[in-house]
Amino acid sequence: MSVLSQILRRGSILPPPPTHHDGDSGGGSSSAFPISKGYLATWILMTAVTMLFAGLSSAYIVLRGVPEWQNITVPRLVWANTLILFASSIAIEFARSAVRKDQLDAVRQWLSVSGILGFGFLVSQLLVWRQLVNAGVYLSTTIHSSFFYVLTGAHALHLAGGLIGLVVVLRRAFTNGMTARDHEPLRVWALYWHFMDVIWIYCFLLLLLA
Amino acid sequence: MTDTHGHHHEGEHDHPKLGFWRKYVFSTDHKVIGIQYLITAMSMAIIGGTLSLLMRLQLGWPHGSFRFLANLMPKAFDSQGHMNADFYLSLVTMHGTIMVFFLFTAVLTGGFGNFLIPLQIGARDMAFPFLNALSYWIFLASCIVIFSALLVEGGAPLGGWTSYAPLSALPDAGPGQGTGMTLWISAIALFTASGLMGGLNYITTILTMRTKGLSMMRLPLTQWSLLITAVLGLLAFPVLLAAAILLVFDRTGGTSFFIPGGIVLGNKLIEHTGGHPLLWQHLFWFFGHPEVYIVILPAMGIASDILATFCRKPIFSYKMMVYAMVAISGLSFIVWGHHMFVSGMSPFLGSVFTITTLLIAVPSAVKTFNWLGTIWGARIRFTSPALFSIGFVSLFVSGGLSGIFLGTSAADIQMQDTYFVVAHFHLVMAIAPLFAAYGGLYFWFPKMFGRMMNETLGKIHFWASFVGVYCVFFPMHVLGIGGQMRRIYDPLNYEFLQPQQVLNVFISVSAFFLAAAQILFLVNFFSSIWAGKRVLVNNPWQATTLEWETPCPTGHGNFGPELPVVHRWAFDYSAPGAKEDFVPQTAPAVPARQH
Repeated sequence: MSVLSQILRRGSILPPPPTHHDGDSGGGSSSAFPISKGYLATWILMTAVTMLFAGLSSAYIVLRGVPEWQNITVPRLVWANTLILFASSIAIEFARSAVRKDQLDAVRQWLSVSGILGFGFLVSQLLVWRQLVNAGVYLSTTIHSSFFYVLTGAHALHLAGGLIGLVVVLRRAFTNGMTARDHEPLRVWALYWHFMDVIWIYCFLLLLLA
Repeated sequence: MTDTHGHHHEGEHDHPKLGFWRKYVFSTDHKVIGIQYLITAMSMAIIGGTLSLLMRLQLGWPHGSFRFLANLMPKAFDSQGHMNADFYLSLVTMHGTIMVFFLFTAVLTGGFGNFLIPLQIGARDMAFPFLNALSYWIFLASCIVIFSALLVEGGAPLGGWTSYAPLSALPDAGPGQGTGMTLWISAIALFTASGLMGGLNYITTILTMRTKGLSMMRLPLTQWSLLITAVLGLLAFPVLLAAAILLVFDRTGGTSFFIPGGIVLGNKLIEHTGGHPLLWQHLFWFFGHPEVYIVILPAMGIASDILATFCRKPIFSYKMMVYAMVAISGLSFIVWGHHMFVSGMSPFLGSVFTITTLLIAVPSAVKTFNWLGTIWGARIRFTSPALFSIGFVSLFVSGGLSGIFLGTSAADIQMQDTYFVVAHFHLVMAIAPLFAAYGGLYFWFPKMFGRMMNETLGKIHFWASFVGVYCVFFPMHVLGIGGQMRRIYDPLNYEFLQPQQVLNVFISVSAFFLAAAQILFLVNFFSSIWAGKRVLVNNPWQATTLEWETPCPTGHGNFGPELPVVHRWAFDYSAPGAKEDFVPQTAPAVPARQH
């Protein structure tokens, strides 16, 4: 009992002010966080999107085991899509290396190329769905086809969201608002766009390896 | 965007005068948004509470004739005034959904989170104020959508707040499964979007916008709890959204994610085949279990800070409190199977989930002992917030202990889907957070409105509620062990339940008493906004944290021209040698008064 009360009383003799405390001292130094708000927010957003796809794909993995499972033939065009998306990502890296040298013209060019390729991906994705429909493979045909439409559709929506973000970045680039020192929107957008590649590869492998 | 880097911002002087609509309605000020969340969620609580009273009416007097209500809601009652079974099930669904999402999640993270985060970390607003406002308006839309499910043809869905498939996946499976269920899914999707916008803001703000000197380990526990809650929401809600997307396609797109073959509806074999109803349960509970911690963690943080303030003692073992919250939230992602012990799960897997579930008892016990350690030997100031926080600890223990039974697969198989479960989760994840939220409202009311709530009414409210909730929920354990089923519509239908009907009557009477006590709170809250005692000091409770450096109510921009600088942690109460029994976080290491 006395031990217990001693332990419990510790709380009341703490802390001798004003230097000691249970939490860390911090030293009164600035608590500045090393990552910018926009960059951190993008990471948070990407975490949420990752969990969305984790949820969808765990359903895919579970249903992969049901006896009624039937594979569909995925159009070859998805390979071309993959290349288009990659090319788009590479274009951003050219834009980023240009902005570091303050070559704003090149930044505008590469960003535009990247955007056009991104848009091209979406168009090509539409063609993939058209090919499937022409082959008689609809959303409800098999569970595999359901997942194909849902996963690629979810990816396409997130990519379309990225294109809207690109408009903001392009506006900054065309109003001379971008320098080697300050090109935060481009940095943030590049992060998200590469992340779209990662999600695409993940869905692509999942659906193709069925 | 709000400036945070030390530029001068003197209250509202920098801004052009804002009209009523911009200032109080379409505001991007985090305090206004927080209060909007609080009031909206309170309205949802009134709706959700009323629904539970209708349920208690039916359970207390299953063959009663409620002609007055039958006149109000002719479709919900038959010609003799008896409640319809379908209507009862829709009450179950709507009560659960409204309370879990639109009351608790909204009040604790939306309400207190928005109001307190910038104030307690010494910032002028959230990182993304517009996104924050958007989050509220989408939340309001989701409230309207879920409420409208009560009004549409066919009524609200019947499947409970968990919306198990295939019932939820088949629009023709019941009267509320058509439009009602569609509205349910839409509301949840909107709520998820709103929650993610909020969470993104909370995490970014707490991590990047703390004022000078406010290191992570100097944060008040409320801030830690809100940060951890936001991370939980970020990881859990998208999975619910994924499940909801698949559900929508099952309902409208002809897919078979959750619908197995061979289901006959109205003498017709449905076309779906190959889906997996248990998949919904896995996805739902992967979200659902973290969700209960999304509700309880902010309650823990708020209760901890309030307890320290009114015990005039530092919180016992601050670091362990933080680590315990981190441990609880980490474990919350590997326990979802304990909701599914009777789903045909392998007993081995059941044992794994039992072990992970019981592990949560460890950090929970750490927290409980720390609260008791804080209370121990203290000269407690028994104000309304203090009473509600102590009540929180009591209810958390009462509700948590039954969780050990339910988390053990062998015992759970017996008690699954009985009133024992209803008693457990109401005490631990509904009433306990409710008490913490009440504590928070009484505590921060002066900061929100510049006036105090009436203490006498507050104390009556507390004691009536405290007695009331135990009278309502404690006998439910007995009912459950006696075998009363969780969603039962008419307990008199079963001979073995008839002897315990007296308990149902007792619970129902207590529930009406409890509801009357809450009216007391509403009267106190709303009358005090205009008629409460004015607060002329910044710090009426003599607390240490940063929000008490600002006037009551806090003006736009929160702090004066300079942001506060923090020199110590948030719990310097009754520090030996100090002049007063509290030292604000902004007091320099060598107090100025000693010069």
